Amino acid sequence: MITQLTHDIATLSRRGWLAAAAGLVLGLASSPFSPAKAADDTIKIGVLHSLSGTMAISETTLKDTILFLIDEQNKKGGVLGKKLEAVVVDPASNWPLFAEKARELITKDKVAVVFGCWTSVSRKSVLPVFKELNNILFYPVQYEGEESERNVFYTGAAPNQQAIPAVDYLMKDEKVKRWVLAGTDYVYPRTTNKILEAYLKSKGVKQEDIMINYTPFGHSDWQTIVADIKKFGSAGKKTAVVSTINGDANVPFYKELGNQGIKATDIPVVAFSVGEEELAGIDTKPLVGHLAAWNYFESIKTPANEKFIKDWQAYTKNPKRVTNDPMEAHYIGFNMWVKAVEKAKSTDPDKVIDALPGTEAPNLTGGVSKMLPNHHITKPVFIGEIKGNGQFDVVWKTPGLVAGDAWSKELEGSRDLIGDWVGKKCGNWNTKTNKCGGQGS
Amino acid sequence: MFGYFLDRFRAIVLSVLLIACFALPAFAGPFEDAVAKFANDEFSDTEAAIEAVASSGNPLAFPIISALQEERLSADPESKKVFITQTDGKIIDAATGAAVDKLPDNAASVRLNNRLRRTVEAALGSLTLLSPDPAKRVAAAQSVFKSHDENALSVVEGALAKETDKAAKQAFTEARAAIILFKSDASDNDKLEAVGVIKSRGDQEALALLTSAGPDQPPLVAQAITGAISSIQSNLAMWSAVQNAWYGLSLGSVLLLAAIGLAITFGVMGVINMAHGEMVMLGAYTTFVVQEVIRTRYPGLFDYSLLIAVPLAFLVAGGIGVLIERSIIRFLYGRPLETLLATWGLSLVLQQAVRTMFGPTNREVGNPSWMSGAFELGQITITYNRLWILCFTLAVFVILLAMLRYTALGLEMRAVTQNRRMAASMGIATSRVDALTFGLGSGIAGIAGVALSQIDNVSPNLGQSYIIDSFMVVVFGGVGNLWGTLVGAFTLGIANKFLEPVAGAVLGKIAILVLIILFIQKRPRGLFALKGRAVEA
Repeated sequence: MITQLTHDIATLSRRGWLAAAAGLVLGLASSPFSPAKAADDTIKIGVLHSLSGTMAISETTLKDTILFLIDEQNKKGGVLGKKLEAVVVDPASNWPLFAEKARELITKDKVAVVFGCWTSVSRKSVLPVFKELNNILFYPVQYEGEESERNVFYTGAAPNQQAIPAVDYLMKDEKVKRWVLAGTDYVYPRTTNKILEAYLKSKGVKQEDIMINYTPFGHSDWQTIVADIKKFGSAGKKTAVVSTINGDANVPFYKELGNQGIKATDIPVVAFSVGEEELAGIDTKPLVGHLAAWNYFESIKTPANEKFIKDWQAYTKNPKRVTNDPMEAHYIGFNMWVKAVEKAKSTDPDKVIDALPGTEAPNLTGGVSKMLPNHHITKPVFIGEIKGNGQFDVVWKTPGLVAGDAWSKELEGSRDLIGDWVGKKCGNWNTKTNKCGGQGS
Repeated sequence: MFGYFLDRFRAIVLSVLLIACFALPAFAGPFEDAVAKFANDEFSDTEAAIEAVASSGNPLAFPIISALQEERLSADPESKKVFITQTDGKIIDAATGAAVDKLPDNAASVRLNNRLRRTVEAALGSLTLLSPDPAKRVAAAQSVFKSHDENALSVVEGALAKETDKAAKQAFTEARAAIILFKSDASDNDKLEAVGVIKSRGDQEALALLTSAGPDQPPLVAQAITGAISSIQSNLAMWSAVQNAWYGLSLGSVLLLAAIGLAITFGVMGVINMAHGEMVMLGAYTTFVVQEVIRTRYPGLFDYSLLIAVPLAFLVAGGIGVLIERSIIRFLYGRPLETLLATWGLSLVLQQAVRTMFGPTNREVGNPSWMSGAFELGQITITYNRLWILCFTLAVFVILLAMLRYTALGLEMRAVTQNRRMAASMGIATSRVDALTFGLGSGIAGIAGVALSQIDNVSPNLGQSYIIDSFMVVVFGGVGNLWGTLVGAFTLGIANKFLEPVAGAVLGKIAILVLIILFIQKRPRGLFALKGRAVEA
């Protein structure tokens, strides 16, 4: 019976997925954001974030953020005298569905710009659609770099705006000599760790002092790995863990650290994917002192940030709702887009794409971020320590804003490339050969 | 930095010595100035303040520094006044000890970073070396073992001579050995003896200490250190096999717990229940709700929250299970493909319902105190939560087995699943038994959710991560056989944990899947195939 069944499951699973996808599409059609009642005097903004599936945990908040920003902008009278209108779709954490939904937003709903995606794989899946239909995507999450596209604006951190400064901090302030690079097994951790490994080696760290470890998505049994880290850390040299562990797997990881008694004073863990939202599911008392590197923390005290948090909590009617780094990235990106549209006096993608580089918008930490010709932005870098109340306490920050590098300076091959959509009109200009087209030509 | 750290430690220890000898009264002026530095919100000032306060000998020194460690020390940046919130909620002025009604509005807790936290630990260590509580003395001796500062030697030796508690005596001996090993003018004989003491401690910290003591030692000592290192390493390698076996048991218990409900709904009833994981999730959310109610209404009951959650989770998940069986599954018996699709759709509905009700983010489920932390057994660390989950799983398994075997309901369940028509002719209300069986399987999944909430995310996706593993265990163990599920779960757990250190977590998981596929080719009915008439029913 079983073999028969496994066979049936195999043949049917694809139909199952389709059925589910169809169900979700039907569900969305009746949502209040459906485009049916759209009028001509509004500018439509696409929101492409997963509202169901694995990534809903992180992406739902970003959907709310864009709705909130649109609401605020409309209170100020909209853009170019027109009201803004959100078109929300749900790609359901399903990467091919991201491309379908992006196509739907651009061709059917005729949106002027799309804010969306979280994982790199979802961004890669929508790239061809944005190129083909010539529209604009604002991507708000820290990512592995090695990309600069004409139609995409990267408002999250590139590796040199998050990973490298964090490692520098540990090296200088904590005198760390041995490194565990632990990550979830997909493109962002793998590329980031490759960059970090090259960087550490250039700083004289030996191969035997670097341990690299990958785990599957949603890994929940961390006993062996935490014990390995403990063992690796008992070689008489100061050890730290650089974690690119993503999303759901973090909670069991931190719980295991706490239970096995690894304290931040012995082996600090610095994370690039753990923010206020992720900590909401953990008792942070055993984790006090572990670190995170971001371009924004909710606890940073500036008038702009205090106002943002107050308005956000009022908008969501939840006085405990936290804010995080990708939300700030959307805040900056949204305001840059508004300014660029006003400068171009049009929402035509070509005109806006040309107007965006050089546009400045205040960030929430007291500075002014600027869109660079490589479509990345300038951001400050903060290192925060986890506190007992689930917030972060900033212990270090870069003296000024750091310009995002599309192509890492640490990797062979990408070192000579730059993205420049203003002068060279090219995302992978090779400064050695003075040609467009990356390292190959 | 390390040298700097040692200097500070030295100053602290010296001052403790002074107090111990003369019990000098503290001078008010410098102490108050030092305390006021906490209000400057600069790490360097806080560091100076810790040093000055710890060495002041003032009776408030210990309360101030322990409050600092626990984020209970707050400072008003304008008036430069510093306050301690005591564990009972009362507030005192840190400089004078006078009671204060309430904190000023702009008082914020004094910030620390990791470097300062180490300073605080060292300061507390030296302040508690002579504490009346033996547990505190052990902790203090261990912080000296780590810092091995030679200025602490006389205090440690003094304490060692007076020590009566066995554990504390051992800790002081080890701390003394660590100091002597790093003392440049100690004789070779003393050092060799010290290496012996540290070697007999034999754990990873001893290994770390010996490794860092390696350079610039006299040749004889260096040789002894190399010997000790390799002996500790081979000892630890042996323990790591034991450790893998324990981790395997623990992973196996989690797999068993997740699969055991499925062993009823899929194994006994033959329903391909893709919504099984969501029953686990409902159990976890029940735990969350129970803890929320306890936190707001009866905070004293927090340690019992899981005990209260277990029956409730059983009722909630079991009730929903009965509902599902009555409204959907009973129309689909004998049609596995439709059941598969229906229950899979149902799992999406349940996930989205929970997402709408509780939000998409993780919910915090706390560990009761008896499930937090770990203890050392030989050279391996056993965490309490894993140990309790193992015990709990075995208890659930035994109770379930007994229920199927010795109760009337169990008998009816077995009868109905083995031969429905015969059972019906014997007067058993088969549809009622079906509903109850499905409810039982779902209820047990709910109980599993209570335990899993302790080690995993409580999010709408909780169930998804267990559904594949659960099916794997049940199919591997042999459908319809609870013992098969038990053996299957532990086999997979242990195999996984022995593969993981060699192949890594990702490859390890793939290897296990490949092995199972090969195994199923060879034995399609799993480890323990049911024989006899039941098979064809």
